Amino acid sequence: MTEAVTIEARNAVKAFGQGDHVVRALDDVSIQIRKGEFFTLLGPSGCGKTTLLRLIAGFEMPTSGSILLDGADITELPPNKRPVNTVFQSYALFPHLTVAENVGFGLTMLGRPKAEVQKRVAEMLALVKLEQMAGRKTSQLSGGQQQRVALARALAPQPKVLLLDEPLSALDLKLRKEMQVELKRLQTETGITFIFVTHDQEEALTMSDRIGVMSAGKLQQVGSPKDIYTRPVNRFVASFIGETNFLPATVVPGGVKLATGDVIEVATTRPGAVTLTVRPEQVRLVPAGEPGAIAATVKFLVYFGTDTHCHLELADETEVVARLQSPANGDAGIEPGQAVGLRLAPGAAQVLED
Amino acid sequence: MSAAEERLIQQSTRNAWLLSLPALIVLVVAASGPLLIVLIYSFLSPGQHGNVIWEFSTDGWVGILWSKDIFSEEWMLADAHLAIFWRSLWLSLLTTAFTFIVGFPTAWFIATRPPKERALWLFLITIPFWTNLLIRTYAINEVLRKEGLMNTVLMGMGITDMPIEVLYTQTAIFIGMTYVYLPLMVLPLFAAIDRFDMKLLEAGYDLYASRMQVLRRVILPIVKPGIIAGSILVFVPSLGAYVTPRVLGGGKQMMIGNFIELQFLQGKNWPLGAALSMLLLVIVMVALLVYVRYANKGSSSHG
Repeated sequence: MTEAVTIEARNAVKAFGQGDHVVRALDDVSIQIRKGEFFTLLGPSGCGKTTLLRLIAGFEMPTSGSILLDGADITELPPNKRPVNTVFQSYALFPHLTVAENVGFGLTMLGRPKAEVQKRVAEMLALVKLEQMAGRKTSQLSGGQQQRVALARALAPQPKVLLLDEPLSALDLKLRKEMQVELKRLQTETGITFIFVTHDQEEALTMSDRIGVMSAGKLQQVGSPKDIYTRPVNRFVASFIGETNFLPATVVPGGVKLATGDVIEVATTRPGAVTLTVRPEQVRLVPAGEPGAIAATVKFLVYFGTDTHCHLELADETEVVARLQSPANGDAGIEPGQAVGLRLAPGAAQVLED
Repeated sequence: MSAAEERLIQQSTRNAWLLSLPALIVLVVAASGPLLIVLIYSFLSPGQHGNVIWEFSTDGWVGILWSKDIFSEEWMLADAHLAIFWRSLWLSLLTTAFTFIVGFPTAWFIATRPPKERALWLFLITIPFWTNLLIRTYAINEVLRKEGLMNTVLMGMGITDMPIEVLYTQTAIFIGMTYVYLPLMVLPLFAAIDRFDMKLLEAGYDLYASRMQVLRRVILPIVKPGIIAGSILVFVPSLGAYVTPRVLGGGKQMMIGNFIELQFLQGKNWPLGAALSMLLLVIVMVALLVYVRYANKGSSSHG
């Protein structure tokens, strides 16, 4: 079954500058975002994720390529003609209007009757739990409350797609966690397609139905959080999302051979030299000399509370990090300089494309 | 608190008073003092050769709207005076409106330049201030007069056959005042637009507002303090303008400023001149109060 596509970008290119100084902020990006999903564009700053969002909002025109909404080409439509609303990073609330007037702005501009606007504003304020603040000026609100007003304002006209441009980056950690839950709740309750831009991989993993990882203006991988985390397609995706180990290896029948000579069983279709990646939590420590284990030396330990990171060195001087759950007394029971064995959890190792 | 600390506080209070003394002296001697003299003079009788006679009279104030018939000595409503007041008010309002219409896009243009370029544009705006007002006004005179630059160009291009006679009309005064007071409108507008968060344009545009609606519903209400400041800075000196109507109106198109001068020099009616000066002050203050009141009301109706 194919799900309905709400937003689609076809070969979208956005170039800035002229002559020799052309920068391709967006380099031939094609993507399909399904109706009602929570889609996250994830990548470091300058990767083109915000540019893609601005193309969808209509603030920028693509240099080439097109943007489609429900199958109709909206590339040329100005922002005020698109049923798409944005939550800005800086919130961009109107300082001269009250909270209620801010929330009702979109509907008023659409020419809806006053009674309908008032009713909808009350509903939206209830949804974001700000009924008490309706008459306040936005400058009298805290950061988290302003964030909620920005959300209510963008949701009030019932857009087909809600765009969120790093909306949580200005909040402190505790508030950010609360808003993550809140956003997810709002998305479920309204059923509106959310396109969320962030550089925070943890945020992306916890909130999204699907994630699009971007780098250098290109879409690197699209998939569910589990897909992206457990089966990254390339070195960039593997290292940007979570922590990981990279091991140089060569393909041999039945798996890959590490530089140390150990053979790891893993499925791959590529020949020759490859990179093997394995997450630190999938690396297990066993006593030195155990059959089938990779020999390693403990270099140092870093204590993180719930777990302890054990930095190890293989015989060929490749560094590997193992994440061990901290025991009750916090003492991992190993010392720097100690010889140990390594095992990779079955199916945990991945061969990267590049 | 120890005695020493108390003495220190007393001393610093005394010092504060001493330090503000120059400002107080300037305020009393330079501002309130002369005003008080003008107020007193407006209730005295005119002397034969100017000056005043110390004899109480309300003729100065009555003379604002009425004049004595030379023969019958009866008070008659002075149409000429009313025409002058009306012209002053109308030209000042027109100048304020027009400097806003021209000044707003100018200020917007400057505020949206890259920071490096901005300083240069602001510098260009302030260049006219380097030249004396009288000289600048005569320059406008030179442009507008019958054989002046404007007519030479218009006729040279074949747009008109006959020179347009603008000089010594109200239009000339209006053009001159707009030119002279434009920077006073641009600078406060620039300051307000400079503080304006350009993201709000996108927010408005995103929320289904057309370009005109963004201007009317978002930009103008937010930069309103700048609009008010600019309007006051233009309206107040326009109302009391003296040099511009004198040079470009040629004495035929008098404004309040010229009318006051007339009473003190040729007219030798100092009480009337003093009363007119006080009236101008009152009109300006009332205008300011109304404007500020309206401005506050406008913003409070939003919240």
